Amino acid sequence: MRIDEKLALDAFKTDKESHIIIRHEICRKQCTTKQCLFVCPGHLYSYNEELDEIVVEFAGCLECGTCMVACQDGAIDWAYPKGEFGVQYRYG
Amino acid sequence: MDKIDVVIAGGGLAGLACAYRLADKGLQVIVVERGDFPGSKNVTGGRLYLMPVRSLAGDMLDDAPFERKVVRERWSLMGKGNSLNIDFTGEKFRGEGHSYTLLRARFDRWLSEKLMGKGVFVIPKYRVDDLLWEGESVAGIRAGSEEIAAHVVVAADGVLSFMAEKAGLRPKMTPKNYAVGMKEVIELSEEKINDRFNVESGEGCAQLFLGDVTQGIFGGGFLYTNRDTLSIGIVAGIQGLMKKAPPVEAHALMDAFKEKYEIKRLIDGGKLVEYSAHIIPEGGYNGISKLYGNGIVAVGDAAGFALNMGVTVRGMEFAIASGTIAADTIVAAKEANDFTAKALSDYERRLQETFVMRDLAACREMPEFLDNESFFSYYPDNFPGFLEKIMWFGDGPKEKIGATLWKEMKGSGMLSFKRLKELYNIRKI
Repeated sequence: MRIDEKLALDAFKTDKESHIIIRHEICRKQCTTKQCLFVCPGHLYSYNEELDEIVVEFAGCLECGTCMVACQDGAIDWAYPKGEFGVQYRYG
Repeated sequence: MDKIDVVIAGGGLAGLACAYRLADKGLQVIVVERGDFPGSKNVTGGRLYLMPVRSLAGDMLDDAPFERKVVRERWSLMGKGNSLNIDFTGEKFRGEGHSYTLLRARFDRWLSEKLMGKGVFVIPKYRVDDLLWEGESVAGIRAGSEEIAAHVVVAADGVLSFMAEKAGLRPKMTPKNYAVGMKEVIELSEEKINDRFNVESGEGCAQLFLGDVTQGIFGGGFLYTNRDTLSIGIVAGIQGLMKKAPPVEAHALMDAFKEKYEIKRLIDGGKLVEYSAHIIPEGGYNGISKLYGNGIVAVGDAAGFALNMGVTVRGMEFAIASGTIAADTIVAAKEANDFTAKALSDYERRLQETFVMRDLAACREMPEFLDNESFFSYYPDNFPGFLEKIMWFGDGPKEKIGATLWKEMKGSGMLSFKRLKELYNIRKI
């Protein structure tokens, strides 16, 4: 099963605003490894070549925080989604 | 502003256990939970070792909605193309309740309802955004536009604990001290689970996998039987994932695990119903944060309480115990009307008298010991390999067992200085 199909099984309540802010200037200036593209269990990060920007599909976030820990450059400003929003596990 | 006694940020096991004890002692307590209900943001492997917390928990866990009592323990060393399993069961494990599998969305919700029955306010759907301060002392929390002033704030907001960080208790998180767990819940009938894992109804199996499942990265696989679901997953050290060359996508480890011959048959016909992820403190004793400050204590994952011993992984009983002990400390602080760091430092002293700090301290060398590729590639590759040599009959005469073993051990470097040193280092853990 593809990862996006797996995520589609989960219950999400999606906020209009992203709880993950990427500071592109840090990515461009300092980051050589782009760990976010690999470490996210939801595979939510991608690189947009045209814009030279990392893009995150925050709506599918499982709220683990791995990206924030792995990004030692501090380019990922990460907060929990506001109350009522984000993934709602039914099993956990 | 009028203060209540205690406000707890986070309705996981540590926060709820803390609230439970505080309510029993007659203190006013409010639990603030960001999910739709307590448990809706939580993930466990997992199982709870009940024995260590039974006396501390009192009647809290009576009638708890456990999934299955674990009576069968399995460890699998996964080589490339083969595997070696240890399968353990014991009368003692089948008799007394020793450890139980559970699902957090069900379990924590049940506990929160029990709490509300005691008159505790559990407020869901509110994210704790910030701490309130009075000078150098924490004096409550802010959640959205609401402020709750309290004598003590309990940071029970999980492994990422932003409140412990804001209070200066937790340093910046480093990839070395954390692992990411990915988990799938797979629905399968109770009878099929009984048959496939060789257990009776109500009894379950816990299985840990080491080796090729993480492609040599620190971590492993797990499989726990619930009543009519399986919890299956992969844990991988974040630093290991980052250093992996060529890089591997975390979620791909999960897929590859399920494709293994050893797993495929166990989950066959099951229906995937949920995919989750969570990070896990792996720093052991040295990864514990500062536990208290003026008007604040940290409990459970928020304090870094988790213990990976390779063959067992524990977290939830540390959460329950630390929450309960934090509550006892706060009760004493209230009697003395002193909520300063000095008064709350008693929390750490109390913890040192229990398994929480004792087990963590006794295993303080464990993270260093396990931070060694040998355990995640060399041994899992070679031990099943020895057996393969012994079991396999090709054409022509077979070499003597002892000679085969000796040759293998020499050839694989099992007798090298590095391996002997690893063996010698076992005494430390």
